Amino acid sequence: MELQRSMVDGSVCMKDSAKSEISSERTLYPYVTGTSIIGMKYKDGVILASDTAGSYGSTLRYKSVERIKQVGDHTLIGASGEISDFQEIMRYLDELILYDKMWDDGNSLGPKEVHNYLNRIMYNRRNKFNPLWNSLVLGGVKKGQKYLGTVNMIGTHYEDDHLATGFGNHLARPILRSEWREDLTFEEAVKLIEKCLLVLLYRDRSSINKFQIAKITDEGTTIFPPYALKTFWGFSHFQNPSKGAAGTW
Amino acid sequence: MSSIGTGYDLSVTTFSPDGRVFQIEYAAKAVDNSGTVIGIKCKDGIVLGVEKLISSKMMLAGSNRRIHSVHRHSGLAVAGLAADGRQIVARAKSEATNYEKTYGEPIPVKELADRVASYVHLCTLYWWLRPFGCGVILGGYDRDGPQLYMVEPSGISYRYFGAAMGKGRQAAKTEIEKLKLSEMTCREGVIEVAKIIYGVHDEAKDKAFELELSWVCDESNRQHQKVPDDLLNEAITAAKAALEEMDAD
Repeated sequence: MELQRSMVDGSVCMKDSAKSEISSERTLYPYVTGTSIIGMKYKDGVILASDTAGSYGSTLRYKSVERIKQVGDHTLIGASGEISDFQEIMRYLDELILYDKMWDDGNSLGPKEVHNYLNRIMYNRRNKFNPLWNSLVLGGVKKGQKYLGTVNMIGTHYEDDHLATGFGNHLARPILRSEWREDLTFEEAVKLIEKCLLVLLYRDRSSINKFQIAKITDEGTTIFPPYALKTFWGFSHFQNPSKGAAGTW
Repeated sequence: MSSIGTGYDLSVTTFSPDGRVFQIEYAAKAVDNSGTVIGIKCKDGIVLGVEKLISSKMMLAGSNRRIHSVHRHSGLAVAGLAADGRQIVARAKSEATNYEKTYGEPIPVKELADRVASYVHLCTLYWWLRPFGCGVILGGYDRDGPQLYMVEPSGISYRYFGAAMGKGRQAAKTEIEKLKLSEMTCREGVIEVAKIIYGVHDEAKDKAFELELSWVCDESNRQHQKVPDDLLNEAITAAKAALEEMDAD
């Protein structure tokens, strides 16, 4: 038994540390995972987009997983990786925001502060060989300042004008690097994001045709209901695929 | 009723021959000597008001908060020793977040009042702890509607329509009883509480005071928050006007 001091209000309680001595209490591999998140700044704020799939290995098991959530008044967070760890992260962040709200002092935590808090959590967990198996994108606006940052399970974090996790880094970022502009309107930003989402849909096997877009501006947050994109499969190569194959299969 | 405890008042674990625990009664005196604290239950919510006596002109307005949010839906107004009050507030916050962590819903106000009362009572049971020198008025809005509780240093807690503690409690209680609380909205209640506090403030004994008002009601989205500045100013103006009317008579 040891005394542990709470980080939030300084109260002290007893904690049984026997559990952390047994090395079986560690994250070894993820079970239910989400795939890429795409995030980018636009003229009025920040946009995040993802699909709503929760894969169980190679099975597309859950088709309505909300992977983008609001944190306080100024921040949106999108997660890829282990969904249960994302739920745990949301619990930490909701608690952080609640304590911040209870001060009732006219100030509230912005995206930069939330990102920093999250960095600490992720990095400290990795140092204990017990990571939260996620790659997260945090976007927000506070007092006109737009912010977009990312952090992952090993604690690496950085900010940029457009970000992605997982496959998005390889498939979406190149598109964003050539076509992103500082002054995109919301409609233009959505078109650009949909272009990236479509590529991910075609090429990432863990993605499904059910997407969610969320935007955050100084006025507030909106997480739009899920919708599907139009896909085209009429390419000539897909017609009669075994035409040129000698023999079977 | 000024009976001297001689001998039976040295410890909180000693009863007097006539069945009183003097230490608890002395603790209540600390509450009786503090600035007035009022709580009322209106038709659509709770209003809490505190007469914050200012001991020095150097104090910044808005500091030394006497009303604290305990969770999104409830708040605590403290009368008596402010430092003791902070301890109770910290404990109440911890109980509220603990309950939500375990049961997944915000703590019912009745449950919160029970826990705060138990904690206050706890400190009257051991000779190595002293009773809290503060009383607390707890107001919250859960799915059973708005509720108001008062917890005294003895650990007694009752549910009220209107409650008052501190210097001007007798006069305040008389004023509250005159109000038709069941027909009043919180907006109107805020004005009434301001009038009462200005009314019971003793100009001769204590010079300056700051009025602190908070509410939980339908208008505030069932969240506990400081009364918005424009309504606060409206209430103060109305209260000062009512005072002048009384003086003019």
